[in-house]
Amino acid sequence: MMPELMSRPRLAVGCRLNEKSQPSRVLHMPERALRLNGPSLEIVERCDGSRTVQEIISELQKLYSKAEPKKVETDILGYLALLHDQRALDFNSDQTDRSAEAK
Amino acid sequence: MTPAAQSPLALIAELTHRCPLHCVYCSNPLELKTRADELSTEVWSRVFREAAEAGVLQIDFTGGEPLARPDLVDLIRSARGTGLYVNLITSGLPLDEARLDEIVQAGLDHIQLSFQGATEDSANEFSGTKAHAHKLRVLEWLKRRRVALTLNFVIHRRNIDHLPEMLALGESSSAARIEFANVQYYGWAFANRENLLPTRDQLDRSVELLKRAEERLVGKIRIEYVVPDYYAKYPKACMGGWGRKMMLVAPNGDALPCHAAQIIPGMQFDNLKDYSLRDIWEKSEAFQKFRGEAWMPEPCKSCDRRTRDFGGCRCQAFLLTGDAPATDPVCSLAPQRSKVDAVLAAANGPSAESFVKPNWLYRPNPA
Repeated sequence: MMPELMSRPRLAVGCRLNEKSQPSRVLHMPERALRLNGPSLEIVERCDGSRTVQEIISELQKLYSKAEPKKVETDILGYLALLHDQRALDFNSDQTDRSAEAK
Repeated sequence: MTPAAQSPLALIAELTHRCPLHCVYCSNPLELKTRADELSTEVWSRVFREAAEAGVLQIDFTGGEPLARPDLVDLIRSARGTGLYVNLITSGLPLDEARLDEIVQAGLDHIQLSFQGATEDSANEFSGTKAHAHKLRVLEWLKRRRVALTLNFVIHRRNIDHLPEMLALGESSSAARIEFANVQYYGWAFANRENLLPTRDQLDRSVELLKRAEERLVGKIRIEYVVPDYYAKYPKACMGGWGRKMMLVAPNGDALPCHAAQIIPGMQFDNLKDYSLRDIWEKSEAFQKFRGEAWMPEPCKSCDRRTRDFGGCRCQAFLLTGDAPATDPVCSLAPQRSKVDAVLAAANGPSAESFVKPNWLYRPNPA
């Protein structure tokens, strides 16, 4: 599923980044772990439920300013969709969802 | 020459062999450890620290039934405190809502709840105890708590035709993953094999059905299907390769390269009460025995698949051929594949279907 630009991705329950102090960074998921580095880590670190997809794209376009902005956007949307289909991400798009999370 | 060990990634902690269930396919060894043998909270906590330091990412608390340990909440807190991803593999017995809250609050990342079937009668038959109704209650409690859930259905000849009902149960729960794991034939399952191995027809239908379910549920529920390797063309990469990714710790602290390694004659296991985890991982005889490729006979030694399946399973090779270094006989290239074919022929024969309840060998509960 392609994410909407205004939705706010956050890691699904059971998925978390390991500690920053660890020598290599991984995204823990039930029964598996993804090693992250470079852009994949930058993206996942921003899936905190507060940033919108659009904000994540803008931040990474600044961070990787030498890359073609449209390509950065396409890659991020593809990566978020992949994580979602693997049940690692939830997209909170409407207000009711977010107030439920806040409890 | 034995290759250097890469870091272990997962620790399987068999906290106890005690269990209120008596499943006819239990993966525990036939010789079960007693309560008096079990490691203390302190030794386990040291093992968790050493595991995290050695590079382990995930710990699976299993058993027996981990809930049988009165210190389970402390163990979860201790493991999570080291940064490990903590997974609890459980039957859901004995458990009440207050203890579930404590477990979740201690930092549990993921819970894998086992089901022996979709209906009360059949599930209770395979587990040798009245457990199913309680498991359904646990499922309801889990809906109201923030913890990742996998349902695990153990699949075999006598329940493989009930997959639609199992799927419906899974879809009505809060699970993000459902595993349909065919029984693997070791331990108690090996003893009950003739009553557990599905027919080829059953297997083909199940593969087709779960493929459709997987497509339908993408993005909602992940479906994992483990087929019985007797029907496979190539062996499974057992434990991701011997001494390559995983360490299993038995309730008494013995460190094993795999669940069933005790059955291989002449194997000696070092104990975590005596040595550090890293010492055992890197230097113990047991972990080096089948690590790498030097031990491989032909056809594995020159096979392109040896870096993918690592020669298959040593315990299965021993169980079926009497020779642990033999090529896993489930492989279509194995010299002794005929041994597996003979088992399949019996399972698919004209007299294979019986309406009489099998004479199960139930796993007992150790003292």
